[in-house]
Formats: sequence, structure tokens, C-alpha cells
Amino acid sequence: MEGIYEPKMEAPKIKTVSKWNARIPYIIAYGTLGITTLPIILMYLWLLMSSFSTQMKHGVIPVEFTLENWRFLWTNVEMVGSVYPSIWTATWNSFVFAGVLTVLEVIIGVMAGYALSRMEFPGRQGIMKMTMMLHAFPSVALLIAVFFILNFMGLFDSLLGVILVKTALQIPMTAWIIKGFFDDVPWDLEWAGLIDGCNRFKVWYTIVIPIIKPGIAAVSIFSFLAGWSEFLLLYTFVLSDDNITLSTYLQKLISDPNLVNYGLLSAVSLFYMIPVLIFFIFTQKSLMQVSAGGGKGV
Amino acid sequence: MKKSKFLINGMRKHSLPWLMLAPFLILIVIFFFLPIILIAVNAFTDMDSALQWTFNGIDNFKKMLLDPNMPEILKNTFIYVFFTLAINVLFGLVLGLLTSYFIQKESVGLLFRTIWMLPRISPPVVYVLLWLWFFDPSPYGILNSLRALVDLPPGEWLSSNPKTAIVLANGMIGASFGMIIFSSAIKSIPENLFQAAKVDGASQWSIIQDIIIPAIRWPLMFVTMWQLLSLLTSYEYILLLTGGGPMVESEVLSLYSYHKAFESFEYGYGSAVSLVLVVIALGFSAIIWKVFGMKKMMGTSRVE
Repeated sequence: MEGIYEPKMEAPKIKTVSKWNARIPYIIAYGTLGITTLPIILMYLWLLMSSFSTQMKHGVIPVEFTLENWRFLWTNVEMVGSVYPSIWTATWNSFVFAGVLTVLEVIIGVMAGYALSRMEFPGRQGIMKMTMMLHAFPSVALLIAVFFILNFMGLFDSLLGVILVKTALQIPMTAWIIKGFFDDVPWDLEWAGLIDGCNRFKVWYTIVIPIIKPGIAAVSIFSFLAGWSEFLLLYTFVLSDDNITLSTYLQKLISDPNLVNYGLLSAVSLFYMIPVLIFFIFTQKSLMQVSAGGGKGV
Repeated sequence: MKKSKFLINGMRKHSLPWLMLAPFLILIVIFFFLPIILIAVNAFTDMDSALQWTFNGIDNFKKMLLDPNMPEILKNTFIYVFFTLAINVLFGLVLGLLTSYFIQKESVGLLFRTIWMLPRISPPVVYVLLWLWFFDPSPYGILNSLRALVDLPPGEWLSSNPKTAIVLANGMIGASFGMIIFSSAIKSIPENLFQAAKVDGASQWSIIQDIIIPAIRWPLMFVTMWQLLSLLTSYEYILLLTGGGPMVESEVLSLYSYHKAFESFEYGYGSAVSLVLVVIALGFSAIIWKVFGMKKMMGTSRVE
């Protein structure tokens, strides 16, 4: 109370102190963020440097430039007693796996999403509830039973089998996201098309799909990356070397007791991460929106 | 006569949506519903690698109670879920606050958030390789290299502290999930609330405590519940990092069911453990469902 009538001279002093005080939280903020983020940057930087260097001094400082670690691109990796399959077989398999997965997911997701968003039929509420429930369902707990089913269908140890499993596990989320895109298209637009004499399919094809194209693109990228990164299902349900993918190839190298070559491991890792990095750099904004809406991983 | 005609018309009218939903429903039936039934049935058999369905009543559940590994596995599960969840939610909140409230410049905040997304978008095998290198027992591992700089002997980190390793590795991934959700929630708080608080002379701490936290309490609860559920049932990173070892020191319940089924081929017992997990998870889902009123998210169709 007394402070209000203090002489004017006091005022500037108080102001500078409070300004300093106001800055402290920001300094702490930047400091904390910097310290916690630095290790992540360093780790990925190490991946890059270690792949181009003969050895690392103190484990972290590159010593001499070499392309030796990238030799796996033109010759098959050989370990004591075993020859690894070609990296290009693994790359092709990963590409097929992620590509087919994306196509299936988008087609099935668009069909289901449209039906759920725009059509009224008995059981619609029930299906929507079920779709929501499945988002939270612990699908990995079902792997044992999925093994029986694949075995029964004759799809054990085949990429197609795992593609179907992965599509099924992701489709509730995908269909739900795509339904959201359809919900955002104003019904007036479709209505106008119908009045102008288009049939429903033509309206759908010429008016609705172009509007939700950006959404479809985001979903496609998201599912391609999910397929490209998939490890657990491929590791569990695919055994033969002919069907090896990049994730299982890398895991095989990592767990090889005869190998302690971080140069080779980091080069293969970087090679494996190329599509992820490309997509990430160009689409991180839409990617973040999609994964904010869903993304089940831990 | 009239009724059957009505029925046919009804079917014709409704056949299109069902046709469009068919592939979706078939996949869900084959890979969700059928497995649930199979797990539930199989949990009462002693199926092994011979794949014979021999029912043995509740023997598997008795075995689970008497399993000498069970106390340690349950303890591990609790430690793993509790500490990882704490990192996910609290550190996620810190990251969200720092990148969207303290750093007002959108481009800087986005840059940091992008970097934090890196572990999340990296393929699990690559991400775990980075941790393996970090903890490597040889003098080339980063932790041991750093210790060598101050003349400390190298340590066998993964075998001496497996639980810390799995908590850190999973926590870093989960924190970015919290970060994304919290920062978009913080951004949707009206700017004038902050300005009014500042004019009134509120400290940063009271702005966080009295404005931000109450405003994002729903996302906070959602992330907590969702992550709790995911952590209980997922094991991919643990499988890659420690494989549950050494012995069962970092084995959690979900990984145990995987190991029982796919390593020791005790499908019946593995299914019983899975069934327990599924029941727990369904309980949590029901709570999430109830608390967040999923019904609100489902309007009726806008057409017809």
C-alpha cells in the first residue's frame, strides 16, 4: 500500500529488476530445451559420420573418410559362415510391402470412410462404435492367434500375409481419419452436382475426391512409412531370406555375434532411413497433424 | 407379399453401403474378432508346437499364479509402465509448454518439435540401434567413451541397468506424443487470457498453473490413459533393446506372452497370458470410452 506513493525515482529501478525477472523463465526454457534436444541431434549426426568413417575416436569423433561401409550396396555382406542376402532384395521387399499396404489401406479406407460419413443404413452407429473401440485395442496381444490364422490360410512366411495383417491392424484408424475428411466436405457441393445431373458415383469421383486429395496424400504417406518401418510382424511371421525386408535385414546384422562394425550398421541404417527422411522433410506438417490425430505406438 | 417387397427394396437401398464396407469388415473379422475368439479358446488348452487342441481347463491360469517368474515380471511391468508414463506425460508437458508457450516464435518451436519427432518416425530397429550404441559395453560405446575421458572403467550398462534402458528408450518416444497433443491444445488457448494475466502481474508459474493446466486437463487425461494402455500391451522396443534380459530382469507381461508363444512354443500358456492382457486392456478402453464420451464424436450421417 505504501509503495504507491513512493518518490518517482524508484520507478525505473523496479522496472529493470522485473524485466530481468521476466527473462529468467525464457532463459531456463531455452536452456532446458537445448540440453535435452542436443543428444538427439548428436545421435543422428553420429549415424551419418560413423557411416563415412573408418573408425571413431573416443567412439564419437570420426577419424578418416571412407566409403568402405557402403560396400553392401554392390556386394553381399559376408560373415563368418554365412552370406547375407542382397540389400536390393530387402529393399525391393520393403518397397513392395509398404506400397501394397498403402494402396490397400487407401482404397479400403476411402470406401469405408465414405459409407460411414455419407450413407445412412441400419448398423451404422454400431460399426462406428466398433471402429472407435478398435483404435485402443491391443492388437499385438493377438499375435499368437494371428499366427494360427496365417498358418491356416497358407500365408505364413509370405509378405502378402503380413500385408493383410498390417492393413487390418491399421484400417480402423485410417478409415476413421478418412471419414473425417469426408465429413468436412460440404454436402451442398455434392447436392449441386446431383442437381446438375451427375449420378452419385460421378459426383463422388469428380467433386468429392479432388477436395479430399490432400488428406488422402497425408494418409498414404503415413501408411507407407508405417509399412516401411514395420518390424515386429515381419520378424514374427516371415522367416525365409527371400522375403527379408530392410528392417529384418538390419536386425539380423545387429544381432550377429560376429559383427561389431558400427560403420556398416550405421550405413545400412541410413540407407534404410532415406525414404523416411525425405518424406519427413517435405511433409512434416501434415504428418504431425495425422499423428496427432492417431498414431498408436508408444 | 408386401413385406417381402419392402425387404427387397430395403436391401437394395442398403446394399451399396454394405458393399463399400465389405473389405473393411472382412479384414476386421479375420484379424480382430477371430483372433480374440481363438485366444479365448486357446487359453484353456495346453497347445504346444504340435498344434493340438487339448483342453486342460484352468490349468494355464493356475500355472500363471505359480509361475516362479511371475512376481518379477509383474514388478517389472509396474516399474516400466509407471516410470515411462511419468516421462511421457510430464516431459511431454514440459516440451509442449516450452515449444508452444515459452517460445513464441512459431518457426523455432516447430524446429524443436520436428527434432523431437525424429525418434518417433525413425524405424524402431534404427532407433534401438542408437540406444545399443549408447549403452555398448565395449570401449566404443558412447557412455563408456565419455567415462574414459574422465578415467572411469567401462560398464556393462544394458545388463546392469536393463530397466533404466527400456524406460529411457520408450520414454523418449512417448514424450513426443504428449508434446504434439499438448502443444496443439496450448495453442488453442485464447491469447488474450495470457495478456490479461500478464497485465495483472501474474508470474509465469501461476500462468502455467492457473491458466494452461486447467485448459488442457482433458488432453492431459487422454494422453495418460492412452499411453497407459499402449505401454501395458506393447513390447516392440523392449524386444529389440534387451529382449527381456538378462534372465527376466526387463521382461514385461506382454513380452512374456510373446516369448512363451514364439520362443518356447507354449501356445496355450502364451494365449492365457495374452487373454489376461486383453481383459485388462478392454477394461481401460471402457474407462477411456466412458470418460471421454466418444459418442460426441459420432454425429449422424449428413445425408439422407
